[in-house]
Amino acid sequence: MTISQLPTETTDNRTDEQALAEPTHSDAILELDGVTRRFGPETAVDDLSLTVQDGELLTLLGPSGCGKTTTLRLLAGLDEPDDGTIQVDGDVVAGGDTFRPPEERDVGLVFQEFALFPHLTVGENVAFGIKDRSDDAIDERVGDLLELVGLGDYREASPEDLSGGQRQRVALARSLAPEPAVLLLDEPFSNLDVGLREEMRREVRQIIKETGVTAVSVTHDQEEALSISDRVAVIDDGHVEQIGRPEVVFQQPESRFVAEFLGQAGFVSGTFAEGCVETPLGCLDADRIEGLDTEYEGAAVDVLVRPDDIRAVPADPAGTNGRIVDRQYTGPSFVYTVELDSGALVHCEHNHAEELGMDKRVRVRLATDHPLAWFPAE
Amino acid sequence: MSRESGTRGLGTHLPGAGSSGRPSGLTVLAVLIAIVLVAPLGWLFVEVFDLGPRALELTVDPRTIEILLRSIGLVAVVTVASVLVGVPIALLTARTDLPFARLFTVLAALPLAIPSYLGALAVLSAFGTGGILTGVLAPIGIEQIPEISGFAGAAIVLTLYTYPYVLLTTRASLLSLDTSLLEAARTLDAGRLESFRRVTLPQIAPGIAAGALLVALYTLADFGTPNFMGVEVFTQAIYARYNNYMGPYAALLSLQLLGVTAALLYLESQIGADDEGAYSSRGSGGGAVIELGAWRYVAVLVPAAVALLAVALPVIVFALWLSGDAGGYRTGGLAFSWAYGWNSVYLALLAAGASLLVALPIAVAAARGRSRLARLADRLSYVGYATPGVVLAIALLLASLHGLPKSMTELVYRTLPLLVFAYVVRFVPQAIGAIRASTMQVDHKLIEAARTLGRTRLGAFRAVMLPLIAPGIATGAALVFLTTMKELPITQMMRPFSFDHTLVTYIWRVREAGLYGRAAVPALALIVISGLSMAVILAQEGSNT
Repeated sequence: MTISQLPTETTDNRTDEQALAEPTHSDAILELDGVTRRFGPETAVDDLSLTVQDGELLTLLGPSGCGKTTTLRLLAGLDEPDDGTIQVDGDVVAGGDTFRPPEERDVGLVFQEFALFPHLTVGENVAFGIKDRSDDAIDERVGDLLELVGLGDYREASPEDLSGGQRQRVALARSLAPEPAVLLLDEPFSNLDVGLREEMRREVRQIIKETGVTAVSVTHDQEEALSISDRVAVIDDGHVEQIGRPEVVFQQPESRFVAEFLGQAGFVSGTFAEGCVETPLGCLDADRIEGLDTEYEGAAVDVLVRPDDIRAVPADPAGTNGRIVDRQYTGPSFVYTVELDSGALVHCEHNHAEELGMDKRVRVRLATDHPLAWFPAE
Repeated sequence: MSRESGTRGLGTHLPGAGSSGRPSGLTVLAVLIAIVLVAPLGWLFVEVFDLGPRALELTVDPRTIEILLRSIGLVAVVTVASVLVGVPIALLTARTDLPFARLFTVLAALPLAIPSYLGALAVLSAFGTGGILTGVLAPIGIEQIPEISGFAGAAIVLTLYTYPYVLLTTRASLLSLDTSLLEAARTLDAGRLESFRRVTLPQIAPGIAAGALLVALYTLADFGTPNFMGVEVFTQAIYARYNNYMGPYAALLSLQLLGVTAALLYLESQIGADDEGAYSSRGSGGGAVIELGAWRYVAVLVPAAVALLAVALPVIVFALWLSGDAGGYRTGGLAFSWAYGWNSVYLALLAAGASLLVALPIAVAAARGRSRLARLADRLSYVGYATPGVVLAIALLLASLHGLPKSMTELVYRTLPLLVFAYVVRFVPQAIGAIRASTMQVDHKLIEAARTLGRTRLGAFRAVMLPLIAPGIATGAALVFLTTMKELPITQMMRPFSFDHTLVTYIWRVREAGLYGRAAVPALALIVISGLSMAVILAQEGSNT
């Protein structure tokens, strides 16, 4: 049995996914083409291209320093690309000789530390960006937005009196107030307590969906990216490694980087021969491995196994294939690290009730029926 | 993890930080302003250049060398004396269980705010035969009180009014000193004295040095005290030569004085007493308190005595003048008029207003941009602060007399705008410092947030930055206002012909005429103003920590 918090990917909606991954231009709200930004010798964003559809919530996911925040700043107009073009709603906002400053872009930004103006009330913060409206209309809009984020009673409060979650909501309302074509969110949950994060993720996603705004968020937290996004773009070294729906990116990583960045990854090596890959876990059937067909006959491959794909079970000494070298108790579950006799390290997730001792010899076996990803052996 | 990426986040690459090598309009403006502020000093070189070979003769002239040696001598004596007074008081207030330590810290620091020339007036008037003190002490049999004047008088007065620099910087380093180091030394079997010598002293040495340097700079630049005490140091020689129509000679001496000042500043940069070590007080001052026992009631006499001499004495003397006990208050002409007070306020308001206009671009550029140009503007503006007032006055007066076509001279020489310009050059760094400090506290993301919410650069500055730095602007304006009120040489030398007395020039005038008692009201007013400026500084420091 797999313990997966994600909706399982089934083969029949893959065509759907591919349609999303290669969007038609008609619905694109945001388009980046060959965007590059250098800081001295360092290239923070390297020839990055991607398209965001109307009403979509895309998350740029990557480790610190991968260029995702710089990308966000380029989108907002807080920084200027050295190369490439950025289009918002069909208008070039950066590229060639064009550079539109932030105030002339239809783009809102929710800051990591929320950046609420300390000298203004909550209501004044939300009203800050609303232009060309009568006072009454502004009043009404501020009221509506505060209602939307559940802070109707806090209009006159000072931002300093609010809790982290409340500040986040004000920041969101403030950015939504001018009705931007694109809403950007920079590590939106990193400043919240862990306990609050999950609740806010759900809530922020719901608010964004309710307003129908197109949103691009940035995070280094894979769980956050997978849980809030319509699509995830994994960024490494300034370029997109893979973009697609969360479950696809998670289960069918196109590179080792993506595989290792999204969740704990283990690899078992083997040679593909006669319809199966001979691995320490036994011979794995080719039809259980994504896209492995006869043209790879004889190739040495590494098969990706995630903690929820495999199990470690006690067995006769003769039947074991590894030894438990580490275990991590997370509350609901144990994650055991097993050193296979081949030397490879794999992680197995177990129910918290299934306790195995350190150094115990175990038998690791496959415990999933979904297709596994593979990479040519290194 | 999220924290770490937070600091790496949007703040990593500040826009307009000049990293792209493209200075912003603001930075260019800041540099231009700073150059305009400093450029007139360059006229001193022109004057000296006109002297030709005479310049060298005058430089090695025995009288010039005597002035140089006397100036350095006064600086040395005052600096050493300030360390000897300031460090023990710092130790007492920061490291012992002195009763009312906080009160005595403020009391002992108070002389800093009072201009030393007022102290000189009070001391001259109190001591000596026929002084006020003889009148007070005669009933108890003390009739001979030595006069305090000349070199020794100047040294005593300057020490009394500048030692707080050493006190404050030393105290700050003592408070930031990690006291667990002392405990470590004790556990390594070093006695109290030994651990003071081997652990505390080396760590607070930069703080002491920083304070000593400020004392030296003040002493070198001071005009009023040596004048009242009759000591011919640089500032006096420059003033005298200028008044005797020896402008170029005055310019030569001015350059020498600037040279000595620059040497002192260079010394400071070598000591490396940067803001971090010398002035900040972040560490915990708890623990390691030396218990004085009953001695603490004796120890308290040290700061009390100094405060009594430096603060109470002038107040008492001026009050006695006011009550008519001293000569001259009710006799003769030169009656005091409150209009002089308003003149002072008027000038100070002009100086504060003009300083804000100059300070804002420089301070914001220095706080926001990290380019070399922005730093240059910031540094340049401090040249005026380090320049003694008399030198600045001479440079501006000579430049407007000799450096301009005749038709222009009339429009500039000893006019109100030139006087205000001089105040700005001299005091604007105080405003820059205050505004820069508050600007740096404004999270740059607030400005970016305003931009993404549709405000232009200027709009974001007005709607977000300006309200947030308003306290810093107010502090800066207040500091310039208060120091302008007290400024002696610039006001005295550059006052427009048609402009009536200010508090300071009136004091100068009645002293020249020997009518000390007439100075009672303006002197007391200046002491009140001094107290106010101290309060402003304390409030500013309170809000910054």
